[in-house]
Amino acid sequence: MSGRVLVGVKRVIDYAVKIRVKPDNTGVVTDGVKHSMNPFCEIAVEEAVKLKEKKLIKEVVAVSCGPQQSQETIRTALAMGADRGIHVDVSGKDYENLGPLQVSKILAALAKQEDAQLILLGKQAIDDDCNQTGQMTAALLDWPQGTFASEVSLEGDKINLVREIDGGLEHIKINTPAVITADLRLNTPRYATLPNIMKAKKKKIVTVKPADLGVDVTSRLEVLKVEEPPQRQAGRV
Amino acid sequence: MTRDKITRSFQLHYKIKMLLKISNSSCCPTCFLQLVLPPVSTVMAGLLKRALRLRTALRCLCDYNMLSRSTATLSPVDFHSPFLTCSSEQVLASTRKLHAGADGSKVSPSAAPERLPFCRVTEEDLAFFRKILAGRTIVDPDLVEPSNVDWLKSVRGSSEVLLRPQTTEEVSQILSYCNSRNLAVNPQGGNTGLVGGSVPVYDEIILSTSLMNKILNFDSISGVLTCQAGCVLENLSFYLEERDYIMPLDLGAKGSCQIGGNVATNAGGLRLLRYGSLHGTVLGLELVLADGQVLDCLSTLRKDNTGYDLKQLFIGSEGTLGVITAVSILCPRKPKSVNVVFLGCETFEQLLKTFQLCKSMLGEILSAFEFLDSECMRLLNTHLKLPNPISDCPFYIVIETSGSDPTHDAQKLHNFLEEAMTSSLVSDGTVATEEAKIKALWSLRERVTEALTHDGFTYKYDISLPVERIYQLVTDMRKHLGNRAKSVVGYGHVGDGNLHLNVTSPSKDPALLAAIEPFVYEWTASCRGSISAEHGLGLKKRNYIYYSKQSQAVALMGNIKAMLDPKGILNPYKTLPDNLKHI
Repeated sequence: MSGRVLVGVKRVIDYAVKIRVKPDNTGVVTDGVKHSMNPFCEIAVEEAVKLKEKKLIKEVVAVSCGPQQSQETIRTALAMGADRGIHVDVSGKDYENLGPLQVSKILAALAKQEDAQLILLGKQAIDDDCNQTGQMTAALLDWPQGTFASEVSLEGDKINLVREIDGGLEHIKINTPAVITADLRLNTPRYATLPNIMKAKKKKIVTVKPADLGVDVTSRLEVLKVEEPPQRQAGRV
Repeated sequence: MTRDKITRSFQLHYKIKMLLKISNSSCCPTCFLQLVLPPVSTVMAGLLKRALRLRTALRCLCDYNMLSRSTATLSPVDFHSPFLTCSSEQVLASTRKLHAGADGSKVSPSAAPERLPFCRVTEEDLAFFRKILAGRTIVDPDLVEPSNVDWLKSVRGSSEVLLRPQTTEEVSQILSYCNSRNLAVNPQGGNTGLVGGSVPVYDEIILSTSLMNKILNFDSISGVLTCQAGCVLENLSFYLEERDYIMPLDLGAKGSCQIGGNVATNAGGLRLLRYGSLHGTVLGLELVLADGQVLDCLSTLRKDNTGYDLKQLFIGSEGTLGVITAVSILCPRKPKSVNVVFLGCETFEQLLKTFQLCKSMLGEILSAFEFLDSECMRLLNTHLKLPNPISDCPFYIVIETSGSDPTHDAQKLHNFLEEAMTSSLVSDGTVATEEAKIKALWSLRERVTEALTHDGFTYKYDISLPVERIYQLVTDMRKHLGNRAKSVVGYGHVGDGNLHLNVTSPSKDPALLAAIEPFVYEWTASCRGSISAEHGLGLKKRNYIYYSKQSQAVALMGNIKAMLDPKGILNPYKTLPDNLKHI
């Protein structure tokens, strides 16, 4: 047991920002727009750090796939308590077409490389709302998955999980190694305190390319058009 | 017709109440009526008829009504029954108990003065208003009531008329008429003032600017915004943010306060440190004077040295010299990079050293420097369930930086934080760059006022002091009050030398008030500070002006008021002390 946890963090447009569609309808405006860590990824990082504080795991590695700016997101994870970071450099056209399938292939390759015991992800990203990366990663690795987790506890080499599902709360027990995706009520992410922010500057972030991991990031999906939803008409009483 | 019936029934109600006070009876008027009415109903009817005749007679004379002596803070309808001359002294004594000193004899300087001899609103007046403002002359008591009470729910007037003009022309017509009829007018914006200046004291007509909410022009090159006085500050902020600009002022009340009111009270707020006061950012005003004259000083020029700068007189005049109807204000560009830092310090000296370090290392990107003490944090945790983002410390600082280059600002901030931590000026802290976290950290400072309202009755003091002495007042006040107060908190714009000192008690406590005032004002005067840094004087602090201004200065203010508003109809009983002769 390596006691290592891989946490995936995604850089997304800040949820408080008003989204604008590009004039050519090929996507949304991202230039100059405030970006931050996906809220569900924050919850995943917080859970990983909590497990480390309880001494149930030994190391938290933050991973992000994207352009140079993704390193800021990794730094935020480091400031919250992660030990080191891996930046998978995907930029330009490849980044625009990066979807859950490619990311899950990357995470699976990294998990094998780093000998991870646990992968913690957010349940979905707030920009695409796919809710697929966790599930696909587990399938590629043939690991058990505990998705929509609202409570996680480690018991020896098994994990007790409470899942939030439509019918209520489901209690399951899964083996490790496993993939867990965090739901909203798992925890409340901490504020990164100054001493940790200072320490984070010194923590290492390693950059790798998808090709180094043997992953092909070409997408089999093509975005045809992006439109704004129809304007709300005034109601009538 | 209905309005008259309502007034009559109120009169009967209060006549009975006064009879009860004389007889020291404690049963309610309706019970009294049931007990007394069957045998003496004719007597009551006769009394009522006589009362009405006397009242109408007095009204026509518009004579000085010696008998309306209620304080604005107590009754929903003021006692103006003219027929019980002999018992008015007892009424006087009972209604003034609220702000009396501990010995019960003196009247507190913050209590309302006697009603000045303005005329009362008649049906003909209402007909005139209805002709100018069709559908916007409000006399329904339920609709007028919210405008009669201030945000703190500490003062209540008894106005019966609420006017809502939409144009400057309408305001001009209203004021010209009221001036000729000698009717008092209370201009009202968002009604978020904290010194009782925005609500009537007696039956002044409320002139609301709420419907004057049009943005007239925005010049995106110079950044000058011209708008009507009733625009809500937050709406102006949203409008500007879409165009990459921001308002030069920001305060906790932004969701309700209006720009006209902000200018009339020279509001300060959270951004004063960076963008300066309204005296600098307001470029022009359009006003209506007491006699209805429209004064158009609505320039959008940055520099204009032609004659006396009249608008400066009206900025901060609290509605007593003229009614502001339009504002042109210089707006700064929206910063591309905003960072908020929340720090914890062990002592106030460290806090001040942090401030000096901040100014030297952050320099031009510093846009706010606020503080709150551990008592404030306790109230936020208890009443609003807001968690402390860092560990518990005696003092907390909120620092905001705004700049045009995120990398440059982040580097400066990093250097500053490293220095602050290594020299142990700061014991803990956190940084936010994301919108949501920034809002969360700011709410810790902005919602202290709200938390205080949940703690009990709040006595608010807004003091300007030399920066080194700011917290000394809080510690001295705590020692002075001891167990009499529930909480004594200090927070505020320490960067501007402005302390918000608040004392809470479970309920209104005249003995506590007597202990706080004039101690707090004398303490302030001893440091040559200001007894009202940004809240203004309004009703509550008008008589304390002498703690911060020389009597010659105040006399000159009185002369200016007399010149611009000879009949004194604009926002009477406010801002200037009672001992100045108005009329």
